[in-house]
Amino acid sequence: MTEAIEAEGLIKRFGKVSALDGLDLSVETGEVHGFLGPNGAGKTTTIRILLGLMRHDGGKVSLLGGDPWSSATALHRRLAYVPGDVTLWPNLTGGEVIDLLGRLRGGLDPSRKDELLERFQLDPRKKGRTYSKGNRQKVALVAALASDVELLVLDEPTSGLDPLMEEVFREVILQEKRRGDRTVLLSSHILAEVEALCDRLTIIREGRTVETGTLDQMRHLTRTSIQAELTGPPDGLATMAGVHDLRTDNGKVRFDVDTDALEPALQTLVKVGVRSLVSQPPSLEELFLRQYQKDELPKAELPKAELPKDVR
Amino acid sequence: MTGVGKLIRLILRRDRVIMPIWVLVFGLLPAGYYSSFQGLFPTDAERIQYATVSADNAGFVALYGLLKGDSFAVLTNWRAGFVPVMIGLVALLTVIRHTRVDEEAGRTELIGSTVTGRHAPLAAALITTVGACTVLGLLTFAVMAGQSGSTSGSLAFGAELAASGWIFAAVAAITAQLTSSARAARSIAIVALGVSYALRVGGDISALGTGGLSWLSWVSPLGWVTRIFPYGPLNWWPVVLSVLLSVVAVGVAVYLRGLRDLGDGLFAARLGRASAAASLSTPLALAWRLHRGLLVGWTVGLGLLGLIFGGVGGSVLDIAQDNKGLTDIFARLGGSSQLVNSYFAGTAGIVGLIAACYAVQATLRLRDEETTGHAEAVLATSVSRFAWAGSHLLFSLLGPALALFAEGLVSGLVSTSGNFGDILGGVLLQLPAVWVLASVAVLLFGVLPRWSLVAWAAPAACLLILLVGETLQLSQWLLDLSPFTHIPHLPGGDFSATPVITLIAVAVVVGAVGLVGLRRRNIPD
Ligand SMILES: Nc1ncnc2c1ncn2[C@@H]1O[C@H](COP(=O)(O)OP(=O)(O)OP(=O)(O)O)[C@@H](O)[C@H]1O
Ligand SMILES: [Mg+2]
Repeated sequence: MTEAIEAEGLIKRFGKVSALDGLDLSVETGEVHGFLGPNGAGKTTTIRILLGLMRHDGGKVSLLGGDPWSSATALHRRLAYVPGDVTLWPNLTGGEVIDLLGRLRGGLDPSRKDELLERFQLDPRKKGRTYSKGNRQKVALVAALASDVELLVLDEPTSGLDPLMEEVFREVILQEKRRGDRTVLLSSHILAEVEALCDRLTIIREGRTVETGTLDQMRHLTRTSIQAELTGPPDGLATMAGVHDLRTDNGKVRFDVDTDALEPALQTLVKVGVRSLVSQPPSLEELFLRQYQKDELPKAELPKAELPKDVR
Repeated sequence: MTGVGKLIRLILRRDRVIMPIWVLVFGLLPAGYYSSFQGLFPTDAERIQYATVSADNAGFVALYGLLKGDSFAVLTNWRAGFVPVMIGLVALLTVIRHTRVDEEAGRTELIGSTVTGRHAPLAAALITTVGACTVLGLLTFAVMAGQSGSTSGSLAFGAELAASGWIFAAVAAITAQLTSSARAARSIAIVALGVSYALRVGGDISALGTGGLSWLSWVSPLGWVTRIFPYGPLNWWPVVLSVLLSVVAVGVAVYLRGLRDLGDGLFAARLGRASAAASLSTPLALAWRLHRGLLVGWTVGLGLLGLIFGGVGGSVLDIAQDNKGLTDIFARLGGSSQLVNSYFAGTAGIVGLIAACYAVQATLRLRDEETTGHAEAVLATSVSRFAWAGSHLLFSLLGPALALFAEGLVSGLVSTSGNFGDILGGVLLQLPAVWVLASVAVLLFGVLPRWSLVAWAAPAACLLILLVGETLQLSQWLLDLSPFTHIPHLPGGDFSATPVITLIAVAVVVGAVGLVGLRRRNIPD
């Protein structure tokens, strides 16, 4: 598969602030790629570099096979962008903005536009200054989605949408996905959205890529929580690779275990003898929270472990 | 009204640099005039002659108002006749900045969610601005009372300056309620200031001649304050009128604020077209949509100014015919030998400076577009940075040309004296200097975008040089800093192509550096 976006070791500094610090991002043609990270992680900055609005200070980047800085105008014919913070010209109507942006990009499909206006329930006759935040977002979305382009770059496109419109957005993106030739880079804070739409995702933190891969691969990285009552002492469990945060209390054990180490851990338990067992499946939220945490402390020292005092 | 105290402290904190500057500069400027006059006219005879000549000079009267008397104090007060306009401008900008600008940016909403009354932001903005203008007036009172020895006169002088600020603060309080956009509110208030200046000029010029239209000055608040004559035939009525007008205007503003919701204007926005016209498909078409209001406003405004300046040209000739000695005196004062020519050359310089303000404003639209995020949306399409900037710059370069042309055309047509072609030519000749100031704005925008607003310092400095340059006997290199100093004084003076070509070359180079900077920098920065 060819790569629609390829960034390697991307570095961007604003004065002394280092916004990107060796970021890697690779988006394959035809996929919907989630782009996640805590506030200030560098998502918008990365996107602006990809659009040739900002110049990177180091590393390599290519977009649709070209250099986003030097061939910006040619590349921009092939993509559409929805900024994170949509502002409209106060004296242009939403419909005018949609048409204008579409034409500046090289044309848009009028029937597709009407269909999208209908689906997003947007009145295009209002002046820019009278739209609510969500409706401004819809204007930018319709303008981007109505263009027949290879790549959609969406920076938190649903941040102002109500749940109903968020659902419409998902349907539209899934439709695009079925066409197979459109690539979408979707920066988002909404996990359910990412889970529903994205083939692969990249998580960044403080300007660096911390995780990238498919959702299934990521699930692999999560840990299952186990609680068990045992008939004997859990010998060997504490030293086992992949077992974290082990606590024992009157024959009861609690621990988290990496997905890879689940099988040997369970076998150890069975050898000792199990009276009862509760297992909690890995959740994406947990993964994200873990990746988002600023410090790289092991999970055992996170607040969660401090709660059940009575267990000890 | 709860929370006013907190808001006042917030405003004082945000304006802690700029507010003391304008209060000090405008409050102390009269004292500066006073001492420079003392240096300029060591003998009574010279001073009285200057006063006699100036009192009949239509150009001077247009700029500063009527001159009644010949003492140093009278001359100082008269020479400060443009200061009320400046104070009015600063006052209205300050009020809009702390009312509608905040409201449009959503900051008022943020504050409103804490404990503040509905009228608190307006009250806080008015109290600080009116307070600052009052301090300014007291400052003038204090220093002028010391210099002139006249307490009541200096008090009236202080009141004159303070009142011009009060009135336009109150006017701005009204315009801030009318529209939901700060820019529109600011424009309406500035138009009010401009109309009031134009009316004063018309009335005063008419008073010089037959006096048929001298009532015009009495419809203009700026006319009132320049009719206090603190050190001449002192008249306190204009002060009373100004206070009354300010109070009524504030009342109206408070009433209007009560009629509307936060964020709204009184003029509701209507529905527009559902899709764009076929022509709205290029960056240039977009620039036209964004600039056409400015273009029409400035062209009509300068055209009206041409009506006044041109109309006055006739009375200049009358005065010259009445007074045989005048022509000689003007030749000695450094003007051209012909009175009418010198008048039109002088007004051309003023008009050029006004057009430069338009050029800077239009150029800075680029920065507005950047900070609002509109530029990002456009530049993410297949529009290049040059095409985007170029389509805006077309308006900031040719817009002022059109506005200057309107002024020259109208004043040349209505003037009964002076040669049409020369008058129009003298005005159009200001264009290279206008472009230099526009190019400074391009340079800042391209290279130091966060300092773009500093571009306003250029026309401000040129105005200062024009206003105080000769009076304060600044050294030549300082005068030379203003591109307008280098423009040949036409009609009357000698035309020389060198300064014109040089100025155009400077504008091209400075602007090109700015554009190269724009090509290389982050957007938004
Ligand atoms: N123009 C700029 N000048 C200086 N610093 C900047 C600029 N733009 C971004 N930064 C800094 O770069 C870092 C990355 O910001 P960025 O906007 O890319 O984050 P983000 O991941 O998009 O965050 P969010 O989820 O809040 O949108 C932040 O620390 C931000 O303060
Ligand atoms: Mg962002």
